[in-house]
Amino acid sequence: MKPRTADKVATAVIVTFALLIVAILISLLGYILIRGMNHISWDFLTSAPQKIRAGGGVGPQLFNSLFLLVLTLIITVPLGLGAGIFMAEYARPGKLTNFIRLVVEVLSSFPSIIVGLFGLLLIVNTFNLGFSLISGALALTFFNLPLMVRITEQAFRTVPKQQKEAGFALGLSKWKIVTSVLLPVALPTIITGTILSAGRVFGEAAALMFTAGMSSPRLDFSNWNPLSPSSPLNPFRPAETLAVHIWKVNSEGLAPDALQIAAGASAVLVLTVLIFNLAARYFGRFIYRKLTASKRMN
Amino acid sequence: MQFRKSWIMALALTSVVALSACGNGGNKATTNNGGNTPAATNTESGSGAKLSGSILASGSTALQPLVEQVAESFMNANAGVDIQVQGGGSGTGLTQVSEKQVDIGNSDVFAEEKLKDAAKAAELVDHQVAVVAIAAVSNPAAGVDSLTKQQLVDIFTGKITNWKDVGGADQAIQIINRPASSGTRATFESFALGTKTEDQKGSIQEDSSGTVKKMIGETPGAIGYLALSYLDDSVKTLNYDGVEPSVDNVIAGKYPVWAYEHMYTNGEPNETVKAFLDYFLTDEVQTGDVVELGYIPASKMQVSRDVAGTVTPK
Amino acid sequence: MRVKSKNSRLEKHHIENLVGRIYMSFCVLLLVVIIVSMVYFVASKGIANFVNGEVKISEFLLGTKWAPEADTPSYGAFPFISGSFLVTLLAALIASPLSICAALFMTEIVPGWGKKLLQPVIELLSGIPSVVYGFVGLSVIVPFLRDTLPGQGIGVAAGALVLSVMILPTITSVAADALASLPQNLKESSFALGATRWQTISRVILPTTFPAIMTGVVLGMARAFGEALAVQMVIGNAPFIPHSLFESASTLTSVITLGMGNTTMGSPQNNALWSMALVLMLMTFVFVLLVRMLERRNKI
Repeated sequence: MKPRTADKVATAVIVTFALLIVAILISLLGYILIRGMNHISWDFLTSAPQKIRAGGGVGPQLFNSLFLLVLTLIITVPLGLGAGIFMAEYARPGKLTNFIRLVVEVLSSFPSIIVGLFGLLLIVNTFNLGFSLISGALALTFFNLPLMVRITEQAFRTVPKQQKEAGFALGLSKWKIVTSVLLPVALPTIITGTILSAGRVFGEAAALMFTAGMSSPRLDFSNWNPLSPSSPLNPFRPAETLAVHIWKVNSEGLAPDALQIAAGASAVLVLTVLIFNLAARYFGRFIYRKLTASKRMN
Repeated sequence: MQFRKSWIMALALTSVVALSACGNGGNKATTNNGGNTPAATNTESGSGAKLSGSILASGSTALQPLVEQVAESFMNANAGVDIQVQGGGSGTGLTQVSEKQVDIGNSDVFAEEKLKDAAKAAELVDHQVAVVAIAAVSNPAAGVDSLTKQQLVDIFTGKITNWKDVGGADQAIQIINRPASSGTRATFESFALGTKTEDQKGSIQEDSSGTVKKMIGETPGAIGYLALSYLDDSVKTLNYDGVEPSVDNVIAGKYPVWAYEHMYTNGEPNETVKAFLDYFLTDEVQTGDVVELGYIPASKMQVSRDVAGTVTPK
Repeated sequence: MRVKSKNSRLEKHHIENLVGRIYMSFCVLLLVVIIVSMVYFVASKGIANFVNGEVKISEFLLGTKWAPEADTPSYGAFPFISGSFLVTLLAALIASPLSICAALFMTEIVPGWGKKLLQPVIELLSGIPSVVYGFVGLSVIVPFLRDTLPGQGIGVAAGALVLSVMILPTITSVAADALASLPQNLKESSFALGATRWQTISRVILPTTFPAIMTGVVLGMARAFGEALAVQMVIGNAPFIPHSLFESASTLTSVITLGMGNTTMGSPQNNALWSMALVLMLMTFVFVLLVRMLERRNKI
């Protein structure tokens, strides 16, 4: 084959494959959303699931997913920030740094089922926290933490050196520079990354089946005392999340409209991830614009 | 550098030791607490005892919907009682009740069959609250209404591989089985086949009844087994040795493929738990929630069965 | 006076730095503690069967018969180990060419709008939860395979297809990063010599970025190897080494999800499942090691 023809054929193949991926995504999203959309209504999003009758909703599951996400972030963000700042600003190249980096890498590549099993063994059984929101949040922390560390480290590395030098020139302590000079600059990148990782937490099921449980006790949405067992805010109650609910309805559902519920819940899940994605993009752009504008003003 | 490294390693090691130590401590503490059940208080007010306390149940996903439903009406009647029902599977339920992590362990099978430690199984007290019957089902296109025990054994051991050999259409048989650890499979093998079977190559294994039903309905030539509550028009229910798998036949002891749903307590239950379990056996529940959710009332059974599988008329 | 104020300022610095250091050390230490205790707990459960003589390691790793409930139980996990490797390799074989093409499309063919089009697509694909992939696999891919190809639809092929879509984003984004970081003058000198775009891609760009692209492939395989729910829903879960791609088979993860809840802690069958979890964990180490080796080659 002549080089020119080979070039044309190769280009055609590459373009076809790339468009194929776009087609896969569009048909995937289309399938999920079209099948699920006509099942989504305000009632579906807020009412409790039904065991054997049709017409159940996913209200408690949606709430559980969001609440679990908040709990997880409350635990993960401060820890991830600390370790990430250490890696970016304090760690000197050497065996120790290398070792910590390896730890982060290994932890982030553990399959979520391993995280779930470990959670079952340590948190649920040994610490006897039972199948509960807090067990689920801790398990999710295990695999969200390395992500947070990476996000923080990368965000700090993009901060211009002059900022730090200016801080030193002002006679600030290193820790003060980190918290009041570098952190504000790195914050937008960190927040964008955190929102993206939140999408991952939101859709996780395998790690939660063994830790947060697969049942959702009756919730009393007028009871906001976190210590009461029927309160939605009680972190020690078992909680089925949206992703786990899809799995359960798909496999054990007795309700006649189980398939539609699974489709509707899938659509809600995908839509939420989409919203997280768009929010992260929009937020990143917004902050970027604000920062560049403020620079011009100076 | 050398010093710092060893320092970190030492700290890591000690914290792991501390972690495991505190794990053991946690276990001991719960044993003392008896699985976070405060002693039920009995205010002798004459007309009726007022119950309080919390109950934690976990285990069988097949039994979970029923326990949840009954717990709800029990809590409505007894405002002081809080009941949490969790899933996790029969094995998890039995583990947790024998470790006293929960008050009630729900199981599809006798504890003796799951717990290898006979002494631990002996500590558990069995409460049989319902019966689940299992029917052999096929894809509707298979063209067969009834199978004998021997035919079923031949199919599940791979001796018969085509529906025409049992009087049906010329269509290869696709087995949809359950994993070896499944309680449903244990019941089906003990009482329908009378023998344990080895997995057949090419068979599909699903643990959940919903998936099994979907697969049998969609796959040409498929055979499997389902609890009666899952049966509908998408699959064909097969008679067993000419007996229809109906609730009446199970109650009368004519249809043999059934098993108890067990709720185990570790030792005799405390007052609150006992009241809850007693409530399960009242007519209100047995003819209400139990039937509504597709189970068969244990109290109505005209026969009973022990661990060894021996059936005696009541 | 001045000396004193300087001293107190130094002291303040000292305290601030100390607080920061303690906080950071705690975070880093926690990471180490988590990983060490994870390895410790999974390993101690995973080797229980071998230590108490219930199962031999060789029987577990190489035995082909999985019959834990039989009268003489056997715990051969080889079908699951080979199943995991089979679907992982197949998924990588399907996904890699697609991903590399997508990466080339983004960086070499139409760097401008190609990236604008594919970047969000890739991000969205990676954000779709795995249960949703399983759900779509079960309701689209399985019926499609059943109608068009031999077999029942459920099986190795369905599992590999679902996994390949799941790992597309991983491979594509790593490959695209690698291609984008290639020095511009390398390409320019190739074009200056009169090479066509394809010649430049196949003889200059791909060979130089090969280790980096392989990093993406290995990362994708690591994800495929550990994926549980989506695979379990479509693979069929028969404990055998499949003879054809359209036959039902199992992976380590699918057996663990099916059996964990049904077995009691401490029973040999349950411990065998933990041994499989240990195998999964060890494979994670292998994948991380592979990635590190590739990265080191990439630097040279």
